[in-house]
Amino acid sequence: MSAANGIRLTRRQLLGAGGGLVVAFTIPACGGETKTPATDLASNAWLTIRPDGSATIFATHPEIGQGVKTALPMIVAEELDMPWERVTVEQAPIDESTFGRQVAGGSTSIRNSWEPLRRAGATARALLRQAAAETWSVPVNECVAGNGQVSHQATGQSLGYGELVERASMLKPPPESQIELKARDQYRLLGTRISGVDNRATVTGQPLFGIDQQLPNLRFATYVRAPATGGTVARANIDGVKTLPGVVDAFVLDPVQPPKGLRGGVAILAETTWQALKARRQLEVEWDFAAAATDSWETLRSDGLERAGQSGEVLFDDGNAERALASSAQQISASYVYPFLSHAPLEPQNCTASVEGNTAEIWAPSQTPARGASMAAEVCGLNPDQVVMHQTRIGGGFGRRLYNDYVVEAVAISQRAGVPVKLTWTREDDMANDLYRPGGLHHLKGGLDEKGRLSGWHNHFVTVTSDGEKPSSTAGMRLGTFPQHLVKNYRVEQTLLPSGIPTGAWRAPGSNALAFVSNGFLHELSSAADRDHLEFLLELMGRDRQLSWRRGSGMDTGRAKAVIEAVGKQSNWGRTMPAGQGQGLAFYYSHRGYFAEVAEVTVKDKQVRVDRVFACGDVGPIINRSMAEHQVVGSVSDGLSTMMGLEITFTSGRANETNFDRYPMMRMPSAPPVEVVFLEDNPSPTGLGEPALPPAAPAVVNAIFAASGERLRELPLSKAGWGWMT
Amino acid sequence: MSNISLSVNGKAVSAGNADPEMPLLWYLRDVLGLPGTKFGCGIGQCGACTVHLNGSPVKSCSLPLAAAADAEITTIEGLAEGSQLTALQEAWIELDVPQCGYCQAGQLMSASALLASNPKPTDADIDGAMAGNLCRCHTYRRIRAAIHRAAGATNAADDQSSGSSL
Ligand code: FES
Ligand code: FES
Repeated sequence: MSAANGIRLTRRQLLGAGGGLVVAFTIPACGGETKTPATDLASNAWLTIRPDGSATIFATHPEIGQGVKTALPMIVAEELDMPWERVTVEQAPIDESTFGRQVAGGSTSIRNSWEPLRRAGATARALLRQAAAETWSVPVNECVAGNGQVSHQATGQSLGYGELVERASMLKPPPESQIELKARDQYRLLGTRISGVDNRATVTGQPLFGIDQQLPNLRFATYVRAPATGGTVARANIDGVKTLPGVVDAFVLDPVQPPKGLRGGVAILAETTWQALKARRQLEVEWDFAAAATDSWETLRSDGLERAGQSGEVLFDDGNAERALASSAQQISASYVYPFLSHAPLEPQNCTASVEGNTAEIWAPSQTPARGASMAAEVCGLNPDQVVMHQTRIGGGFGRRLYNDYVVEAVAISQRAGVPVKLTWTREDDMANDLYRPGGLHHLKGGLDEKGRLSGWHNHFVTVTSDGEKPSSTAGMRLGTFPQHLVKNYRVEQTLLPSGIPTGAWRAPGSNALAFVSNGFLHELSSAADRDHLEFLLELMGRDRQLSWRRGSGMDTGRAKAVIEAVGKQSNWGRTMPAGQGQGLAFYYSHRGYFAEVAEVTVKDKQVRVDRVFACGDVGPIINRSMAEHQVVGSVSDGLSTMMGLEITFTSGRANETNFDRYPMMRMPSAPPVEVVFLEDNPSPTGLGEPALPPAAPAVVNAIFAASGERLRELPLSKAGWGWMT
Repeated sequence: MSNISLSVNGKAVSAGNADPEMPLLWYLRDVLGLPGTKFGCGIGQCGACTVHLNGSPVKSCSLPLAAAADAEITTIEGLAEGSQLTALQEAWIELDVPQCGYCQAGQLMSASALLASNPKPTDADIDGAMAGNLCRCHTYRRIRAAIHRAAGATNAADDQSSGSSL
């Protein structure tokens, strides 16, 4: 056995292992020839340690700016005791049978990878220690691994990991039960600040993103969809468009399972994106709108407000809310409204695809690349194993790229044209063809007893439905929505308004809107009772317990109270504020993360300045402190940007806001300072891409009330003339 | 037929028969194969496409190739001197500025033009110079801190020592 070039560690699903993931080694083929380490990296290897002591760790999940390309390998490196400087991170191929689900969504990457990644690192470390023990003929428990080497104190010997690779690669991995994971106080890397692994490439403009892919003979495509969702092409001047400068092809595609699959439209391919876009100006399409959406937000909103005041179908009915309200010492009611939103990731949807004969190769910024590959196979009539999907870095996800409509379009265009294609959506395409955060309306009634305690909660929720039977995607209210299970008498009624607007997951789906409603109204109640809001929230949480509405994911009221109390201390809550200034507090539990946030604002003539936001979160132990804080700051700012100025309205099923001139995202001068504190007692980490967002807007809205006495119940605030102070 | 010539990152380029109306952005990305300059909106709103034209920041999505004739263009690919990063690029890495990273080429081009004309900018100077660059991930506070750091500010109000998490 001459040249085992590396240990390769892979993860496999073993049949009959109780569904658990086990770690296994694949030993590289050993033979006379010495392969370069690069060729030894099999597609299913998580981790390769090379004879020079360096390691390559695969980042398995899509990187959308949430930092997993750095954080996931950090977990492996920690258990391996590998110095971070010796680690190279590579994006893994798409292979869910090897790596498990490779999805960026629902703040699940860290939570789902924590255990298997630690085991991967620890297993490799165990093998290296074993190899050292055999080399020195000493007991393995006397061999200590650390900082990329194994040492034996009694004899003063030590060997670098690289020197142990050959022997280690011949060993059998120890059984899972014998793998020792580090205790938290032994962590050297986790919890520190590590700069993102792609940062150097980012600041030097290297091609990282989906939109950066280049191929020989690549053609550049634009795709024109109906202005109202569900419209199809009746007729188009294709022949005329084909003669325009640089145009190499143009054709009509019929819809296949729209809107998440292929929407009907016209493809134009040219030698440059610009030529395709210029030709598009000459395109004349007669659309068939028979099956298209006809919504108007103005009508939905006014119908919704009217219906909200009436009664609806009972969705949840705990205790007896009607009676509790009737017998309450004080009752208040209010209506809350929030609009549709676009995701608007800064990198527009795009995909590069080459479909040739029986194979398809795809480069896509997708949050669900494996699903994208199977959808591509389906639309092209290929077998899944004839499709190769490459992960690229993704210029923002926010849920938009959980869907693969742009992937399906690109492969369909490439297949039809018979050339490799880069399809780039314009910003207008992106905002007019989104799967939007659904708008909604709530009419709330709340009761307070004689001591000012919450005694009853009644919410009539008016939401949209695309099938006439159930709420559209992410437009429903789930069991356990705050404050369900915290107030004894709780009733939710629901009314569905038909809508043809496609909806989908938007950062912290559901929670991003519902937190505004519940936290705003709770503050109305505590204000009506003339009570301190922090105490009111703590009282609402009650005794420490785990609410168990969804298996394993129910809120722990003890953890909730801890972040509320901590943010109170952090922000010096309750102190007297100068005139025109105010503090506001909100709490939300989502994606298994707990966040309490206090905003301090200055208000004058409907102009708001957010002077500071204090955010206290509990998502268990922090992996990469730099990105963890960054996610919280970004989420808070995203929530406030959305709160102030963003909405998509529709007229005749068409989005009225299709570029940033009419969708005014927050810019640098308005970005508030955010001070982040984490409570890290819980041993298991959960995700951080979403849970800090929901409390931000209501914290500010509550602060505006404290500062000005104005209660704001409709988003975006700009609709009623509010804006950022300049 | 145009006979536009320009210099991109120090190299002379002859645009030959390129459409003079083509925005510089697409010429850089699709013709020259320099994808570092990003497309975000196409209407001058987001700044993702920012490059330097004779040292001044311009939005290349809104600049026809003809308007770049005889100009010296610098893109993100040409910001560093070979492998020697600028102080701004170093600061971006040290403060771990990017989230998704997509806006950052444009942010860096705007920031470097700012520092060239104003080596010690205040927060207000930075806000003024950077307000044309959107960041969908909201990395604004770290961008501002990184500009201060690159400018050599030791007590920038917004640096990590101030208690704000960046
Ligand atoms: S792409 Fe040029 S400003 Fe947005
Ligand atoms: S880092 Fe994502 S857009 Fe700025």
